[in-house]
Amino acid sequence: MNSITPRAATVEKIVGRAVPRPNARRLVEGRGTYVDDVELPRMVHVAYLRSPHAHARILRIDAAAALDMPGVVAIVDGRQLAEICAPFVGALSHLAGMRSPPQHAMAVDRACWQGEAVVAVVAQTRAQAEDAMQAVEVTWEVLPAVTRMDTALDPGTPVIHPELGDNLCFHREVDSGGVDDAFAAADVVVEETYDFGRHTGVTLEPRSILADYNPAERRLTVHHSHQAPHMMGDLYARLMGILEADVRVLCKDVGGSFGIKVHAYADDFATVALSVLLGRPVKFVADRLESFVTDIHAREHRVKARLALTRDGRFLAFDIADLTGIGPYSMYPRTSAVEGNQVINLCGGPYDHPHYRATLDVVFQNKVQTSQYRGVGHPIACAVTEGIVDLAAATLGMDPLELRRRNLMADDSFPRKGASGILLESLSHQRCLARLEEMVDFPALRREQAELRAKGIHRGIGIAVLIELTNPGAAFYGTGGARIASQDGATVRLDPTGIVHCASGVGEQGQGTETIFAQIVADEVGVPMDRVRVLTGDTAATPYGGGTWASRGAGIGGEAVLQASRQLRANLLEFAAVHLGLPVERLRIAGGSVIDTAEGVALMDLAELGSLAHFRPDLLPAGFQPELVVTRHYAQRDYPFIFTNGIQVSHVEVDVETGVVTLLKHWVVEDCGRVLNPLLVDEQIRGAVMQGLGGVLFEECLYDENGVMRNGSMADYLVPMAGEMPDIEVAHVETPTRSSELGAKGAGEAGTAGAPAAVMNAINDALRPFAVRLTAQPITPEKILHALHPHLAG
Amino acid sequence: MTDRILVNITVNGMVYERWIEPRLHLGDFLREELGLKGTHLGCEHGVCGACTVVVDDEIVRSCLTLAVQADGAMVETIEGKSESGAIRDLQDAFLERNALQCGFCTAGLLLTADALLQAEPEADRARIREHISGNYCRCTGYHAVVDAIETVGERRRAGARGAQP
Repeated sequence: MNSITPRAATVEKIVGRAVPRPNARRLVEGRGTYVDDVELPRMVHVAYLRSPHAHARILRIDAAAALDMPGVVAIVDGRQLAEICAPFVGALSHLAGMRSPPQHAMAVDRACWQGEAVVAVVAQTRAQAEDAMQAVEVTWEVLPAVTRMDTALDPGTPVIHPELGDNLCFHREVDSGGVDDAFAAADVVVEETYDFGRHTGVTLEPRSILADYNPAERRLTVHHSHQAPHMMGDLYARLMGILEADVRVLCKDVGGSFGIKVHAYADDFATVALSVLLGRPVKFVADRLESFVTDIHAREHRVKARLALTRDGRFLAFDIADLTGIGPYSMYPRTSAVEGNQVINLCGGPYDHPHYRATLDVVFQNKVQTSQYRGVGHPIACAVTEGIVDLAAATLGMDPLELRRRNLMADDSFPRKGASGILLESLSHQRCLARLEEMVDFPALRREQAELRAKGIHRGIGIAVLIELTNPGAAFYGTGGARIASQDGATVRLDPTGIVHCASGVGEQGQGTETIFAQIVADEVGVPMDRVRVLTGDTAATPYGGGTWASRGAGIGGEAVLQASRQLRANLLEFAAVHLGLPVERLRIAGGSVIDTAEGVALMDLAELGSLAHFRPDLLPAGFQPELVVTRHYAQRDYPFIFTNGIQVSHVEVDVETGVVTLLKHWVVEDCGRVLNPLLVDEQIRGAVMQGLGGVLFEECLYDENGVMRNGSMADYLVPMAGEMPDIEVAHVETPTRSSELGAKGAGEAGTAGAPAAVMNAINDALRPFAVRLTAQPITPEKILHALHPHLAG
Repeated sequence: MTDRILVNITVNGMVYERWIEPRLHLGDFLREELGLKGTHLGCEHGVCGACTVVVDDEIVRSCLTLAVQADGAMVETIEGKSESGAIRDLQDAFLERNALQCGFCTAGLLLTADALLQAEPEADRARIREHISGNYCRCTGYHAVVDAIETVGERRRAGARGAQP
């Protein structure tokens, strides 16, 4: 039984290593389980007839002919569903003064955006449902649509929700004081306006849900492609009048999420309500065309920015005004005001400046609802801040890197407050800048730039410093009254065969969550990683938790796993000590065995402990009960958020004849605290960078003046393709957070936060000889040509 | 809606005879008629490449191919390619390099990459990027995907050289 294990004393830590994802094997073999892959007995399919108008009254719905079509099970309107599903309001109480009218699962009397569901057609197959949908006749009275955000508050603009009095959803001001004096005293003031086009997440798997209500036990099971299963379970229960305990939400494989799948869509409630109504499983899988007019959009902002500084380049004050349009209803339950709120919290965030003022106006429109998409406000705040810093550098004739160096918060100045009031635990701007200068040969790039300019080739270098909020506490939603857990839990248990199982409330959408949890369990319990199994995405089997959002999975979920694993190890050691009759101090666990540290030998495998506990408790001393299941929770309560920081550089070439931008290279230095798995975190960063690159160059939801989306197909809405994307070099600086023992901060969104600013600055750097600036994203070839040839515009 | 048509399609070596609607596309045929859920539908208008399958040794978009067009054809999907081991090296390289995240686009990317490396094992990064530009991936940023395909190209070339007498 005893064996010599000479390497046991020097077991290498698995956390920190580039371990591939064991759970990805099924995905490369086509054996994943996405919602549309699940088929249940008596399952039917729903297709939604959606408003073709941005704003229209529903005068009459005639479904008589459609009801006779093959396979049709039911045709249901918004009024009928409203009897099953209560209306909902996307407002948070800590966003003072915010308002939004009640929204229904399907439109009742009036549709407020093109794409809002009006009639549900349920049939045996999706094709039959769509066939029958063609035969449903809706008589509309088209109403004037509010599409422009800049005139949404004008007295002449129709008010979408008359009971609110105007089209204002939320207004907020931040003022540190002293801003006007700082501007009056400044040597230099720069001012610029930045525009951001609406874009959306385009998860490759569309939103998908399979609701299965069993009327016999009044239990609801929902298979959902989602990031926050516990949140959805709570919402289904409350809106449908089912006990939360009788709702189970399952998220197996999720085909991309990026924030798109963290919201509660009206379609979700409608599909669940239909299952309640019909007492059988109902599946809804959005097709790509309806994804574009129902998935949340994001980023429609116009930001006016001013920066006051001294002659030698010291920042004195930022003055920011953000206007954003969010669609006709604030998105439930996370609202549509968080993005703008983040913008005015984060502008100027990396820099040491005494004065800050910002205003935010969030207005209603008859367009698709906007809400949190990867980065949430950060890409806007970063582009505004870094754009105007570059403008200041150009105005002063100073190197943009040097101007940043003079103003970045010093690494030894933390913890501290930012001028907007944000609390910053520990950032490493200076070390990241130093690391960046090791990676990127700026003098060589500048020499090359000058040489090529002489040949008519225009290359540019753009820098973006960023901060990112991660590991949120309850400040995000809980204090505002939303039942969205900021804590997360992990249950870790030893089974009779010596395998350690970990169940977590944080799920997997491809980031590698389950892998890093397995790494943490392996290290903290003392087993090889192949003796760990991780379960996520099932509200019936995992501790209640918040799920995946705001870059919290590793930092919050991982800490709970760490704490549970440590306690399980302590329990196992105590158990082994009692069983073996040895002092617990002599024992440790490594490689899946209990080791006698005095002799350096393995005494027993954990499988023996597991077997003893489960099947032979008679062999244990009286009064001793081994506990092989441990649950621990973690909530980050030291700060509202744990901020991270990083720097990105983009190198581009702009063809001044065609306006086409070629991305040559992208560099990232990121400080996400302790790096748990460089292989996985680097790909999180690269993927996030790409979504930022899409936003700055290609992606925009284009609308006509009637509020109809003009490019709602994959062919017309451009997302980055492999041929257009650069290689992305990633480096890390590690400043572990002290708010947890794991030390991990979030990493999933910083790439998206910094990339648009870096590219915008690089384009403007390339075009400096032409004295033009591009500040409206996406920066398309058309916009570049119009800037270069203003006489052609219009 | 319309009269059904009898088709005879070989999928992953198995012959299937089915009466199908002429409007049924090959992706839905594979998923709904045969239960082969490894082929994913991302857009159903021929842009994203997620639904890529192999028909008579050519990669096609199963959402743009009517199932009746595949009558008499040999179709291979990710399930068949996995079981035969034909793309094991690519699958391993994708795992080693973490060249997938959510995995929804992966089957299409693997089959597209295999088609490239069969035709042009020497393809460089730029050529790989060009070739897979019809396969959208929203998670990875493509860098790791290109790395993985490049690595397999090198390995296949080395293997071919090693196999020579």
